Amino acid sequence: MTPTARRRIDQAVSSLAALSAMVVIAPLLMIFGFLIYQGASAVNVDFFIHLPKPVGETGGGVANAIVGSLIMIGLAACVALPVGILGGVYLAESREPRLPWVVRFLADVLNGVPSIVFGIFAYTVVVLPMRRFSAFAGGLALAFIMVPIILRTTEEMVRLVPNALREAGFGIGLPQWKVTLHVVLPTARAGIITGVIVAIARVAGETAPLLFTALGNRFWHQGFDQPIAALPLQIYAYAIAPYDDWHRQAWAGALVLITLVFVTSLAARLATRGRTVAR
Amino acid sequence: MGDGIYVRRLKAWFGSALVIKGVDLTVAPNAVTAIIGPSGCGKSTFVRCLNRMHETVPTARVEGEVFLNEEDLYAPGMDPVEVRRRIGMVFQKPNPFPTMSIFDNVAAGLRLAGVRRRAVLQEEVERALTHAALWDEVKDDLDKSGVSLSGGQQQRLCIARALAVDPQILLMDEPCSALDPIATAKIEELIHALKKELTIAIVTHNMQQAARVSEWTGFFLLGELVEFGVTKEMFTTPHDQRTEDYITGRFG
Amino acid sequence: MARSVTLVEGASGRAWRPPAATRGRVGRIGDPLFRALLKGSAWLVILLAIGLVIALAWESSGAVRAFGLRFIVTSTWDPVAGDFGALPFIYGTLVSSLLALLLAVPLSLGAAIYLAELAPAWVRPPVAFLIEMLAAVPSVVYGLWGIFVLVPWLRDWVQPSLGRWLGFLPLFSGPAYGVGMLAAGLILSIMVVPYITSVAREVLLAVPNAQREAALGLGATRWEAIRIAVLRYGRSGLIGAVLLGLGRALGETMAVTMVIGNRPAIAASLFAPGYTMASVVANEFTEATSDLYVAALVEVGLLLLVVTIVVNALARLLVWSVGGPAAGARE
Repeated sequence: MTPTARRRIDQAVSSLAALSAMVVIAPLLMIFGFLIYQGASAVNVDFFIHLPKPVGETGGGVANAIVGSLIMIGLAACVALPVGILGGVYLAESREPRLPWVVRFLADVLNGVPSIVFGIFAYTVVVLPMRRFSAFAGGLALAFIMVPIILRTTEEMVRLVPNALREAGFGIGLPQWKVTLHVVLPTARAGIITGVIVAIARVAGETAPLLFTALGNRFWHQGFDQPIAALPLQIYAYAIAPYDDWHRQAWAGALVLITLVFVTSLAARLATRGRTVAR
Repeated sequence: MGDGIYVRRLKAWFGSALVIKGVDLTVAPNAVTAIIGPSGCGKSTFVRCLNRMHETVPTARVEGEVFLNEEDLYAPGMDPVEVRRRIGMVFQKPNPFPTMSIFDNVAAGLRLAGVRRRAVLQEEVERALTHAALWDEVKDDLDKSGVSLSGGQQQRLCIARALAVDPQILLMDEPCSALDPIATAKIEELIHALKKELTIAIVTHNMQQAARVSEWTGFFLLGELVEFGVTKEMFTTPHDQRTEDYITGRFG
Repeated sequence: MARSVTLVEGASGRAWRPPAATRGRVGRIGDPLFRALLKGSAWLVILLAIGLVIALAWESSGAVRAFGLRFIVTSTWDPVAGDFGALPFIYGTLVSSLLALLLAVPLSLGAAIYLAELAPAWVRPPVAFLIEMLAAVPSVVYGLWGIFVLVPWLRDWVQPSLGRWLGFLPLFSGPAYGVGMLAAGLILSIMVVPYITSVAREVLLAVPNAQREAALGLGATRWEAIRIAVLRYGRSGLIGAVLLGLGRALGETMAVTMVIGNRPAIAASLFAPGYTMASVVANEFTEATSDLYVAALVEVGLLLLVVTIVVNALARLLVWSVGGPAAGARE
């Protein structure tokens, strides 16, 4: 092949690669643009503080869905934070030969499990025995999704704490558990918190695992052991319904949801910039 | 008459940091020119300017003239890709392509240049491996992976790979620093044999090696060429005080 | 553990002496309670994984006993008669995922090469950031966009054109509903691209620079250096990245459910509606009246779990082989 032909191929490939990058980003701009175009008009104060109106009537809001999402995320965090953070510390600090490897491998496997399967698990473990759909079931399903994420990010952040700090703690006579609790964890705290925020942003948008655990509710929940609304569930219900007004509210809800997810993800990524494991 | 490199007023930058501060130097034909100096003096950077590798780093910049015989390598119409084919390079740590066999490693440059016929490739690969003093050791194992060899053999493989595309000049950037003494000796032997047909410039931090293999030596310090001359003379009667300090081990 | 502090005056001139009991701790995790807490949490994770499989196996046992291997090869899905065969869902999942990969892989690899090798320094962080944000968009939002933007576009523009020019192929035959396999494949590809791109980019960045320089030193153009040094070196990691994308596509639920048409039938045409394993569970779980119906749905979920686990485990092994266990961990 002649040198000019090789040069032309080089230029062509560079252009194709750049083009691919543009095509890849395009959907994000399109989707976000559409959300704003369709949904911005429906996002007003009413949207946030009112309950859904009965079928056929226009107006109303998604207050119960927002509150429901927050409640279930809170329930999920109660379970996922202790297990995830303590487990992550274990993975980072333990010197045992096999158990950490097994846990790490399983956590990575769990990270790839479709969220709807966790919904089925929560159904069998909570909904069946309780004989009803509930916020507990939905919260537990979300917790299952959060645990592997928090586990791995906590491990990564604790590993980043320099050994010199641990040795300084030992040097002044602190026992291991105090070194971990009072020296290592405070140093890794910011990173761990951002890992938790990333996990929350992820589950805030989950719909599938809630379909048959929390079920959804057009009114305020009557208790944590009752069906409860959630923002993604509401968006889904509105999207597949035949009413135009509900469609507009679906767009509005999606706009709110995506903004929350973006803002928290962005904050988390910015906070850990420069702290990722060197490769 | 062989090929030589003539450098005039060479300057090189990384971003806004000037790392080569105006160097004039000749790499004499059919001889070995050693580039010595303490760490950070710019010797690697200098040599990478000779085959236009320096500019592959983002924010890197070069000014000045580098002539290969009568051609200015930095002239506007000059294709850097072609320059790098004509001026070969061997790196500090042996870097054979791990996914390729020994044969494919040596043939890589040839295939890029458009050689397709199996018979031609086989002939050229054997020629290159023989010139790199590796043929006898690998001729029955040409299909084995490039990284299955020892460190010294891998470096000779890299030399063979560079020789396969028939370069006019061979640049060697501390080729023995990752090798044991026996492998080092083999490579120095190889350099003696190669310089009869090829012009070589070798960067080294080992002064004894420079004294052993080279005819000419250039001493770099903080981006400047402090002294340049016949190797024997430079090591016995250096002209500059800084050269003498370096050679006697007062620094670096 | 209480530590009493005794102020001892005089003695050696110091005001405080540490109590003798705390000296001499050995071992990495010394305190039993703390160690138990940490280990317990680790075991809970193991319990979660094992419990998941056991629970699904238990709940689906009724269907497994009733249908055995027939479940995987029969197409009837008749809740009224109590006869269940998951073949249409397996077919739908596989076809939509493969279609998604067909579209996503070239684009993702191109974008990854651009970001890792070719893009100027100032372009990389914003583009990489945008791609990460794409991965954070919830599935239901993609689905919403799919229903109201993608499907009408397919129905009114793309499918009629495809039908006119290529309608003789069974692949593009049939009426243009908009919803169907093509819509599902398209939306899945959009969702999967960010994952493949970020992992592929990290794989490429993990290739040592010495390899690129070796190729450049031989007189290779930039693309040639990428081709013979970087892509070959990172080959297994790139395959792993694609498999990770496949794993995600297989398990995607909401967006697919909203655009695939939800009809349990196997058809040759991409225009036809279909059904995936995740979608049937999502749609029919709350309507399942009999125990056998629920068990059949749980068995579909179990199949989905097994397939995604295998694909993901394989993917991770391949990605780790290039960059080590840390590569690709954050996604």
